[in-house]
Amino acid sequence: MKSISLSNLPELLSAIAAKEALYLPVDTKEGAEYKAYAEGDSLSLACNTNRSAKDFFFPQVEDMAAFKVEGKKIEIIDVRKETEDFVIFGARACDVKSFEVLDRVFLADPVDTFYKNRREHSTVVALACSAPEETCFCSSFGIDAAEPQGDVSAWIAEGRMFFKPNTQKGETLLSALSALLEESDGAAVEKAKEETRTIMGQLPLQNLPTEHFKPEKLMEHFNDPKWKELSQACIGCGTCTFVCPTCQCFDIRDFDTGNGIQRYRCWDSCMYSDFTQMAADQPRHTQLERFRQRFMHKLVYYPANNEGLFGCVGCGRCLAKCPISMNIAKVMKALGGDK
Amino acid sequence: MQKVIREKAIELLRSGKVDRVLGWKEGEFFYDQTPHLFLSPEEVERTFVYNGFSGANLSKYLVKEGLKEGVVAVFLKPCDTYSFSQLLKEHRIARDKIWAVGIPCEGKLDIELLRKMGIRGIKTIEEKGDELLVSTIYGEKTVAKKDVLAERCANCKSRKHVLYDELLGEEGEVLDSARFDQIEKLEQMTSEERFAFWQNELSRCIRCNACRNVCPACTCEKCVFDNADSGIASKAPASSFEEQNFHIIRAFHVVGRCTDCGECSRVCPQGIPLHLINRKFIKDINAFYGAYQAGENPDERAPLTNYSTEDMEPGDVFKKGE
Ligand code: SF4
Ligand code: SF4
Ligand code: SF4
Ligand code: SF4
Ligand code: SF4
Repeated sequence: MKSISLSNLPELLSAIAAKEALYLPVDTKEGAEYKAYAEGDSLSLACNTNRSAKDFFFPQVEDMAAFKVEGKKIEIIDVRKETEDFVIFGARACDVKSFEVLDRVFLADPVDTFYKNRREHSTVVALACSAPEETCFCSSFGIDAAEPQGDVSAWIAEGRMFFKPNTQKGETLLSALSALLEESDGAAVEKAKEETRTIMGQLPLQNLPTEHFKPEKLMEHFNDPKWKELSQACIGCGTCTFVCPTCQCFDIRDFDTGNGIQRYRCWDSCMYSDFTQMAADQPRHTQLERFRQRFMHKLVYYPANNEGLFGCVGCGRCLAKCPISMNIAKVMKALGGDK
Repeated sequence: MQKVIREKAIELLRSGKVDRVLGWKEGEFFYDQTPHLFLSPEEVERTFVYNGFSGANLSKYLVKEGLKEGVVAVFLKPCDTYSFSQLLKEHRIARDKIWAVGIPCEGKLDIELLRKMGIRGIKTIEEKGDELLVSTIYGEKTVAKKDVLAERCANCKSRKHVLYDELLGEEGEVLDSARFDQIEKLEQMTSEERFAFWQNELSRCIRCNACRNVCPACTCEKCVFDNADSGIASKAPASSFEEQNFHIIRAFHVVGRCTDCGECSRVCPQGIPLHLINRKFIKDINAFYGAYQAGENPDERAPLTNYSTEDMEPGDVFKKGE
């Protein structure tokens, strides 16, 4: 296993940044956020950023195409360009798992070339969690915060950061940095993992009921009378969907530039009244139906189509950010029979 | 107080005076309460809470509740009654369907401030006099309530209920708050500094619309930003100017109607100090048209829908910018 003393971490970060674009979570006055590395930035140790890491692959807004209109002629302009190589340094296990959830949507046929392009150009260095929050419940979905996936797994233990490559991309990154890294045994890491798992075992939401959300229970959950009570205070904002690492819906809109069209996509939210609005009508008229859609998608529809993989990774962002403190943990408890 | 409020809720439901009670339902960790419609005394006994984290202003729900059959009881803190009174003035609520119970408030607490103190992994919180005893998986912490008071409560404008059907506890006073201090600081900046300040704040906006959707002054059936026919509908900040555009337009739509309830800042997931925008307008109204606080006096005419010969000339605004 490779490692570096934490006091030398700044050198490692600048070495990566000298090679390719580097993004990392840093502490701000309003909590941790990802940002492009600038000399002097230090890695945030907070468990989780306000916004998730999905922004790197599926940004909130992006241009898709442009159209130039001249008389009766319409020219289509391909605005896609190759993304530069970049490293995400310090993503947590939950966010890394969210990439798998998104991959199954965006990389399935028809492949989303915008997303694929960014995925291919990225190297993810995933950092194990050492101080989870009460809102964290990744373990409910079988995610091990002590063993994050990604191209490289990293741990902090005894004043050092340790690295283990998991993919070819990870190997390449670590060998490019080998001058700064030392060879060390993994004893400290094993201890750190144990500590993390002990903490995980004390988290209040570590073991939410998941066994009920089977495809054969779809209609039972869909028709559950509890949705009324659960959804009644929802104000229909998009907060839960926008901070969620796995929420993947977008809208495509055309902007009239006067002599052409700029086609862009932007995040959409199933919580919005105009979600999937079509010329004739839309499928969900009430907030109850919209609210139900969000949770049914994550807990029932998505797993039914993806070999049981849940569409929630337990990052806890929707717990921390919902204006009315209604969230997937409460929904799981209510539908799972507990409470 | 929770006990008194629960008893009142139960009495109202038992006597048949009301059919539903709007209050706060306990969550998983003491601080994460959800606004809730209680339908039975048993439900009230089981899950109704009122404590330092019962911050959500319930008055906007009355728009929807007023359209239903039967009567709903609602518990309103002093600042919530400002929203209630303003909504009534705007004819958004069916008054006869509402039984409003004023309840006292000693200031609400902001969980984000606890997080900023580095308190993580909260298991339970106990309120003890002026202190919070916080038990976390990383150890016990004691925090002075005054250090985690929500901004709107640290600068509370009034402990007086402007409107209610009945009141629990003692009535308070309109306070001489320091809520405009920060506005003055902003006014003293150069325009470049001020622009940089707002650029930094608003560039974090993710256009989740929580501020708009929670706002008791934003009760349009269809917001212009959701209306594809308006030509300015937008779901995302396409540029940093667009975020500012959204916030400036929203601020203009609630000017003279914003009660400074502080909900917009409370709910913003990005910690943007939205109250500063609205307070600037309130301060300017005070300066240009005489002291006025929306929601404070149900019978008073609002300065922007009134005319008096004392009103400032529109041209004076331009002169101010010189
Ligand atoms: S639903 Fe909530 S907890 Fe689950 S991944 Fe999304 S934001 Fe995180
Ligand atoms: S949810 Fe799990 S992986 Fe994510 S930050 Fe919390 S402990 Fe870490
Ligand atoms: S569940 Fe919460 S965050 Fe999501 S739309 Fe409803 S109120 Fe907003
Ligand atoms: S709540 Fe905050 S992030 Fe959401 S739209 Fe309003 S200002 Fe932007
Ligand atoms: S703008 Fe903000 S402070 Fe003013 S009424 Fe709306 S939510 Fe309350």
